[in-house]
Amino acid sequence: MEMFLKIAAAGVLIMMLFFLWPTVKNWQENGPKAQRGDWMAVALPLGGVVLLVVLLVLMVR
Amino acid sequence: MVNQYSVAQTAQGVLATNRVLKNTYLLLSATLGFSAITAMISMALAMPSWTYLVCIIGAMLLGMFALPRAAQSASGVGLIFLITGMLGFGLGPILNAYLLQEGGGQIIATAFGGTAAIFLGLSGYALMSKRDFSFLGGFIFAGMMVMIVAMVANIFLQMPALQLAIASGIILLMSGFILFDTSRIKSGEETNYIMATYGIYLSIFNIFISLLQILGILGDD
Repeated sequence: MEMFLKIAAAGVLIMMLFFLWPTVKNWQENGPKAQRGDWMAVALPLGGVVLLVVLLVLMVR
Repeated sequence: MVNQYSVAQTAQGVLATNRVLKNTYLLLSATLGFSAITAMISMALAMPSWTYLVCIIGAMLLGMFALPRAAQSASGVGLIFLITGMLGFGLGPILNAYLLQEGGGQIIATAFGGTAAIFLGLSGYALMSKRDFSFLGGFIFAGMMVMIVAMVANIFLQMPALQLAIASGIILLMSGFILFDTSRIKSGEETNYIMATYGIYLSIFNIFISLLQILGILGDD
């Protein structure tokens, strides 16, 4: 039962890959490009998320 | 040239965007609450471990095939409650497994708090920021494909190190997705509040599951 479900889950995930591919292609070709400073504006909050996760790990140890 | 007509159109656009934002966050609150209820029911019923995979598979199939069509009508609201209810129900066995461990309750509470902090912080940042984060689209969708390939591999390999790497990647990817989705709603690019809610809900769900995994693996001395 467990193996059957694992195979089914893998199958659905692979189906998602085929679903996602046109979207990925469209965004790579037609999506807006980053302006000056955009990546830094993303890196800061994501860096905050990383620090928060480290803090949470230290809290439960 | 600014005239009364163009000012009225701009004002209408802002009102429409605010309506989508309001409806999205209202529906998100409702679906998160409903998920919590179904999770508690699942925990009380002590559902077996395979319930998680069954619910995830069912929810993914509904989300891929049924929701995009149903989201154009009122039936989309019922369907998104069904999907989020299934995802919550699937969480029950996972949470029960953590509660059986020493310190499991603390791990769950910490993951819950961490997820809330990440979501509220990133949403607030995206709403307050003047930046348009839609440029993240290509990066995020490509990253999702990489994560899916890794997840398929780990379904069969079951390697803790790979699990940790996947969970870490998913947290970063979903965090970026929250910025991306919120920015698209704010700029008026996303006008369907049901699809917007689904996207943000999945980000929150995946961050919670990934945090549980990271805290479960790394939190143990």
